[in-house]
Amino acid sequence: MNWLLDLTPDEWNAVRLSIKVATVAMIASLPPGILIALLLARGRFWGKTVLNVLVHLPLIMPPVVTGYLLLLTFGRRGPAGAFLAEHFGIVFSFRWTGAALACGVMGFPLMVRAIRLSIEAVDRRIEAAAGTLGANQLWVFATITLPLILPGLIAGSILSFAKAMGEFGATITFVSNIPNETQTLPSAIYTLTQVPGGDEGALRLTLISIAISMVALIASEVLARRVGRRMDIE
Amino acid sequence: MTLSVDIHHRLGDFALEARFESAGRLTALFGPSGSGKSTLINLIAGLIPPGRGRIAIDGRVLIDTAARIFVPVHRRRIGMVFQDARLFPHMSVAGNLRYGRWFTPSSERYAKMDVVIDLLGIAHLLDRRPAKLSGGEKQRVAIGRALLASPRLLLMDEPLASLDEARKAEILPYIERLRDETKVPIVYVSHSVAEVARLASDVVVLSQGKVAASGPTAAIMQRLDLLPVEQRGEGGAVLDTKVLRHDQAFGMTVLASQAGEIRVPRLAHAVGASVRLRVRARDVMVATEQPTGLSALNILPGTISAIRPGTGPTVEIAIDCNGSTVLARITEQSRQTLRLALGHKVFAVIKTVSFDSATTAVGLPAEADG
Repeated sequence: MNWLLDLTPDEWNAVRLSIKVATVAMIASLPPGILIALLLARGRFWGKTVLNVLVHLPLIMPPVVTGYLLLLTFGRRGPAGAFLAEHFGIVFSFRWTGAALACGVMGFPLMVRAIRLSIEAVDRRIEAAAGTLGANQLWVFATITLPLILPGLIAGSILSFAKAMGEFGATITFVSNIPNETQTLPSAIYTLTQVPGGDEGALRLTLISIAISMVALIASEVLARRVGRRMDIE
Repeated sequence: MTLSVDIHHRLGDFALEARFESAGRLTALFGPSGSGKSTLINLIAGLIPPGRGRIAIDGRVLIDTAARIFVPVHRRRIGMVFQDARLFPHMSVAGNLRYGRWFTPSSERYAKMDVVIDLLGIAHLLDRRPAKLSGGEKQRVAIGRALLASPRLLLMDEPLASLDEARKAEILPYIERLRDETKVPIVYVSHSVAEVARLASDVVVLSQGKVAASGPTAAIMQRLDLLPVEQRGEGGAVLDTKVLRHDQAFGMTVLASQAGEIRVPRLAHAVGASVRLRVRARDVMVATEQPTGLSALNILPGTISAIRPGTGPTVEIAIDCNGSTVLARITEQSRQTLRLALGHKVFAVIKTVSFDSATTAVGLPAEADG
């Protein structure tokens, strides 16, 4: 056990950074994830297929390609990157925020899929009933739809988190592999396997990585079950 | 309350053209499935946008396509009880009941929580989840939920259609109390003659998307031709009566009606209570002279006021008994044998045992105004 937790400062940083990046990626993805899932599940507009394809692109493209596209768009000289840096002081390139962005984008299709499925399962007639009781669309969404899709939100979030914990290709392409800034667990493991004598550290981080993933999965299961019991949906 | 509807709505091949006014305590929209009653009630609720037309309650316009007015569902303050309850699965019964109160301005909140809970007998269910309720309990909670939003009008879309006979019998008294003890006017969709005859003050008959007839329940229920063929046996006169006395010795109750005294099996109602009696036309015999040596207890003298051809071998004889009409359904052969014709003095004969719980109900309060 001591052997497992006897990490070098760089290894610790990788663990902490990975959790931070994955958490931020997950939380930041939720609002746009819900919005896009709503549009795809219920919207009727021109270009819905295009939107659907766009959302799913990170799932089917090589991660390196996604990372490179992020670099082109959100890099210092990229159109979005330059704009955000100039007006909001938000910089992505070679920062942990960039790693979070890359992880968020890579996990986005998984999150949207899960939420979309749960939205499609909501009985719209129950929402109509809320309307007859005086609730406008926003209230219906907040008091009926959102609670009913909670299991989907949890599932989508955990998928996004898990994807972020394992994300490698897009992150390393977009924000490189800088210890204590953008070196997440996978990058750290990769680096350790490239240096002589790094096997032990790589194994340690691998085990920790497995542990974190399992804890996250179990936590989501417990949460989902509790929500399910509370709702008792027929 | 006056509900006025004048609406044209197309749905594929189906066209709904409904025009009527109703000021009743409980207006039944009656017709077979596919006649457009559910479409109509959804239009009134605002759940579907109309093709064109106008709907107003007491002059307050909900829809007027010509004036480009469309009040959205949540601003109409029209309560709706659906056939399938549609309770919120993630809230307790109490949460469901409270939901609509949030959205009602406090100055317009007339429904009181404890009164409604008591009215519907759901106090013991408050902590439960909808999934743990029986069909009848769900429907009572759904009625309470709609009522507690203090609606201007309560719509009920076949609230009993998905329940078995025992559950229907369980809920009907609550709907009667709702009609008699609250102020809210009700529009009630049904395809059941028994329900309509029991509950409605007024009836709008829909057939293939058009209003076939509308008027007071007693007048509509006499028009057997308006009733669906398989339920025509349920049609007949609807009489408003009062309990005159109970006959303890024989287990009967004597009702006073305009047509005369009518004996029915013992009712639980108190003396003086109003009772609505449905006299099925098929249960009425016609005699040309005062019968003797007959077991039937109810013999009402009257005059034939109308003779209409019925289905198959039958004719319908309307008998005016002291200003109140009783309908008899007999064979054409009997009519010819007895030489029945308009204006003849006859006797309507009704067996006491032909009345049952399906044909006796709590009467509407006499001063049931619009």
